[in-house]
Amino acid sequence: MQTENPIRKKTFAFAIREGLQQAMENDFSVILIGEGVPDPKSIFGTTEGLQEQFGRKRVFDMPLAENGMTGICIGAAISGMRPVMVHQRIDFALLSVDQLVNNAAKWHFMFDGKANVPFVVRMIVGRGWGQGPQHSQSLQAMFAHIPGLKVVMPTTAHDAKGMMIAAIEDNGPVIFIEHRWLHYVEDHVPETNYRVPLDKAKILHTGDRVTVAAFSYMALEAHAAAKALHSFMGIDIEVLDMRSVRPLDMDAVFTSLRKTGHLIVADTATRTGSIAGEVISRVAEKGWDMLRSAPVAVANPDHPLATSHHMSDGYYPGEQTIADAVIRMLGGDKVSGDYEQLCAALRHVGPHDTPNRSFSGPF
Amino acid sequence: MLRIRLVEEALAERYADQEMRCPMHLCIGQEAIAAGVAAALRPDDVMFSNHRAHGHYLAKGGDVKAMVAEIYGRSTGCSGGRGGSMHVIDQSVGFMGATPIVGGTVPLAVGAAWAAALKGEDKVSVVFFGDGCFEEGVVHESLNFAALHKLPILFICENNSFSVYTRIEERQPRRPIHVVAQAHGWDAWHSDGNDVEAVNAIAIEAACRARAGNGPQFLEFDTYRWREHCGPNFDDELNYRSEHEITAGKAGDPLLRSRSKLLQDGAVSDGELDKLKEEITDEIDSAFEFALSSPVPTYADGAGKVYAD
Repeated sequence: MQTENPIRKKTFAFAIREGLQQAMENDFSVILIGEGVPDPKSIFGTTEGLQEQFGRKRVFDMPLAENGMTGICIGAAISGMRPVMVHQRIDFALLSVDQLVNNAAKWHFMFDGKANVPFVVRMIVGRGWGQGPQHSQSLQAMFAHIPGLKVVMPTTAHDAKGMMIAAIEDNGPVIFIEHRWLHYVEDHVPETNYRVPLDKAKILHTGDRVTVAAFSYMALEAHAAAKALHSFMGIDIEVLDMRSVRPLDMDAVFTSLRKTGHLIVADTATRTGSIAGEVISRVAEKGWDMLRSAPVAVANPDHPLATSHHMSDGYYPGEQTIADAVIRMLGGDKVSGDYEQLCAALRHVGPHDTPNRSFSGPF
Repeated sequence: MLRIRLVEEALAERYADQEMRCPMHLCIGQEAIAAGVAAALRPDDVMFSNHRAHGHYLAKGGDVKAMVAEIYGRSTGCSGGRGGSMHVIDQSVGFMGATPIVGGTVPLAVGAAWAAALKGEDKVSVVFFGDGCFEEGVVHESLNFAALHKLPILFICENNSFSVYTRIEERQPRRPIHVVAQAHGWDAWHSDGNDVEAVNAIAIEAACRARAGNGPQFLEFDTYRWREHCGPNFDDELNYRSEHEITAGKAGDPLLRSRSKLLQDGAVSDGELDKLKEEITDEIDSAFEFALSSPVPTYADGAGKVYAD
């Protein structure tokens, strides 16, 4: 008898919504709050219909009071609720850093484990259409620096749903970072209520030549590079979708590195103090003998992003950057294959500042 | 007011060309507050603003060419293209900068007033923000400090009753905003923000009082945002506000009211107003021409100036 395994293609945004919905159905203590949560745009569709389903006592809009409301959510969390807060941009969440760092992250620790803060904070990283210096930052490393915070960055729609449910069920604070461009990307999203661990990387593409440990949107870029490198250069790289920023799944990195001996870390953030730097420093400490070449970080340049689309063109590294880093690492000119075909396949079509061609601003 | 309206209508019309590739928040319908307040200020008074800044910038005398070029992301823009619509600046006329993180510039304006007081200057500092911003903690911290030091500052709360699509009733208890400032020891004022003469009269008195050392002044003006929160279009189809409400909101058009008052008083003639509109339209056309013929920056132009020399 044939088992039925239909592929249920859904976007990342849909998956977030379904994860929230199922978590709220499972547990009455889950509440959802954020600026614009019940409004007509419903946080890019990720909270659509939830207030209608769960009512105004579980799904709220909120005053523009990020720090205070974060503290209020922490207070509710230590009193038996499981709040989920949303920031339409991670840049806005900076207003709540005191409460996140001094209270949420440490409450359990400083009171000897007597209280828990089950609290999920969704933060969205913007990109494109002039998001500029205050709407495009990728601040995962800043949050990951804080002991007591878990920081995750799912890449696929499948993982977005499973990690959302797992994050809500976690008994501590979880910073749940979503890259805005991932919201459009589809994947198989089972209808069932499932969990994806918050501390495990996943292999997106298997290979034995170079390990590419990639975060969030960069995992998709690395995956595209891997496919092109396979087709046109006969090179198989191993792409790890890291999924979690804290904790880092270094076991997965070392397992892959044992095969390949070469490491590239692809990050969505600026280089200095980045999580890419953290991965490399751990490999230098504990995996030195595995390395056959110096590791490479593929990250954004160390300056804020200008708003003008003329100046943002060239800021973000992508598929080509990763493919080139792989080729350089394996010997540059000595690597055989059809480089021109590879470049042609990776060439970006359409404007550089939109996630897809139907996008016409302003968000 | 007319100039602000015409500039923004031109921006809205040309946004569809996909050359202004940045978020843009229009103040169409709210012009009287910017115009009425700015007319009460001296050129050396300083002004700060938020995401919806075009009106404030223009009213203070900001260069229209540099603003349009900025929105087009050109090198000749007032921020060299780095900021776009949400980060305009023209320090030559005392417009000290605008940023979109809600509440971000409020304490900066208090700091500017503090510096003026410390230096013994008699200028005032003004900051515009919306009703949503009043919910930010930093506003209340600023209210406290400015009152403590009796700083020469004007807070201008443009109350259009919406934070994006969320009504004020969903966000704040039913009490007037300005009375909170009053409780901090500020002089508080409140009026129809679509009546430019009323706005101007209050702003003149408030600026005089602040300049004379009577401490901070809080001005709350009621107004209405005609278009979508962000972007060039109307968003009536989203149904977050009723047709009746939108019609009533637009009926308060500060430009129409001002026009009929001026004509009724015989202050201007129809012909003079038409001529004014023509002059402004020419100015706007040349601003767009300037922007579109300005040099296009490259990636490298956006890489430097991270640290001061």
